[in-house]
Amino acid sequence: MTSRLSAITLNTFREAVRDRVLYNLVLFVFLLVASAPIISQISIGMEKLMLVNLGLSSISLFGVIIAIFVGIGLVSKEIEKKTLYTILSRPVRRWEFIAGKYLGLLLTLVVNAFLMTVGFYLALLIFTNGLKRADAMLLVAIYFIVLQFMMMVAITLLFSTFSSPIFSAIFAFALFVIGTFGNDLRNFASMSKGTTKWLATGAAYIMPNFASLNVISQVAHGQAVGGNLVLFNTMYALLYSIAVTAAAVLIFERRNLK
Amino acid sequence: MMHNRKVTIIGAVLLVTLFAGSVAARQRVESLQGSQATLEEILYLPSGKTVTKLSLGYSSLLADVYWTRAVQYFGAQHIRGSERYDLLAPLLNITTDLDPNLIVAYETGSIFLSQKPPDGAGQPDKAVELVEKGIRENPSYWRLYFTLGFIHYVDRHDPKAAEQAFLKGSEVPGALSWMKVMAARMAEHAQESTTAAYLWKAIYDSAADKALKDTAEKHLVSLRVEAELDELERRTKAYYDRRGAYPEEWPDLINAGLLRGVPVDPNGIPYQLRLDGTVQVADAKKFIYLERHGKPLNK
Repeated sequence: MTSRLSAITLNTFREAVRDRVLYNLVLFVFLLVASAPIISQISIGMEKLMLVNLGLSSISLFGVIIAIFVGIGLVSKEIEKKTLYTILSRPVRRWEFIAGKYLGLLLTLVVNAFLMTVGFYLALLIFTNGLKRADAMLLVAIYFIVLQFMMMVAITLLFSTFSSPIFSAIFAFALFVIGTFGNDLRNFASMSKGTTKWLATGAAYIMPNFASLNVISQVAHGQAVGGNLVLFNTMYALLYSIAVTAAAVLIFERRNLK
Repeated sequence: MMHNRKVTIIGAVLLVTLFAGSVAARQRVESLQGSQATLEEILYLPSGKTVTKLSLGYSSLLADVYWTRAVQYFGAQHIRGSERYDLLAPLLNITTDLDPNLIVAYETGSIFLSQKPPDGAGQPDKAVELVEKGIRENPSYWRLYFTLGFIHYVDRHDPKAAEQAFLKGSEVPGALSWMKVMAARMAEHAQESTTAAYLWKAIYDSAADKALKDTAEKHLVSLRVEAELDELERRTKAYYDRRGAYPEEWPDLINAGLLRGVPVDPNGIPYQLRLDGTVQVADAKKFIYLERHGKPLNK
């Protein structure tokens, strides 16, 4: 089972690399390098803050875009190219196919985020005259961004198991936007009453909450992130991602592929 | 087939269990973060104009979100009994930058801003700025002039500015005639408690927000107590004029035919008579807006 899973995982990763997904890194480096002189001209004493905001927001945004646009084709492309039938005719279970695809895309995003992080710290080193101990806190924000990827990949994969690529992209992007307003959804729910309150609370919990995974402004202002928040955000992202992947498996198991 | 069923059962169990777990974890995250999220976003995007540009045309929807945040923030600080409402003004500014026609944000938000802590931010000048912005953006909405006059009179203690606001508002087509009456009252009877009571009654009747309604009610009760205390002191003075000494206890006034019974405050607790003929409430903290001779009792 492990070998089958790792084979699908590595294959998904290789396929993403072959599709030139990592080319976004060039754009990321260009963005950081090109923005540095502009930032120093338009802001006084905010160069580092803007570099941190720009760098971390780019890592997040690039990753989410990759998660959506690669994720929507994970299942449908295999069906379209008929390669899925070849895979499933071998001793590969459907759930293994879904789990492998999930892990493969997540691996792609983690590698991508890792390389971006290296570039980001290099830019910090060059443009802000050396790194400080407090800069290590930026890694927490990047870790939270990776947790965000875990959830986004699961969501996109879920849609790709039953919908066309275009609709999967629309649904996934809509959920991403809704998720960024996660705290507001909870606020709306807490303000309503009766049945509406129950419905709104249910909807707020079913929707992903990306708001609590966004600590970019906090770390950019040098504020520490509590250990408990790291722990419970990790638990939340892990449980939510596996739950959504389980839903994707359930749908894919019942799907008629003939 | 058997395998398929096994995967379905395991998948369903995982889905339900893990989803329940994710809800529990999220609740912990929410309790850890509290209202921090709103604070961070304000620090991150302090300008409403920036938010407007980033809203991709959905600025009125975002304005609703920010208005909700302002109400949530105000409510949370209010329940906590906080003396500081630092984020209220920026939140209201972002809201009204996003949607300059969101009247409720000007009307209710400015009252939140102008009220003394713990019932508000205690920033009447910022409240005036907000309402003036509302008037610039919505010149035909005469009720904003009422709100402006109200803040000038009640919180800034500036009847002259209040008179100007009511007068300007009365000139807006469609404005109700009592705006002119209010302007006249400001000019002639600004110091009378009935003027303040009239204004608070108007706020109480028009307020959609419960916290604002409660505040208006507290003010009305305090004004009623103030009027009752004034009346009782007039009667002790009448007693003094007749007997050459102030009454020592309520029965003295009752026996003199100046009072029908022991007077009580709106909570049913008897008022206290002092030897110098002045009258006071038993517990001033129950009437947080009570003023005596122009000075607040609860400071």
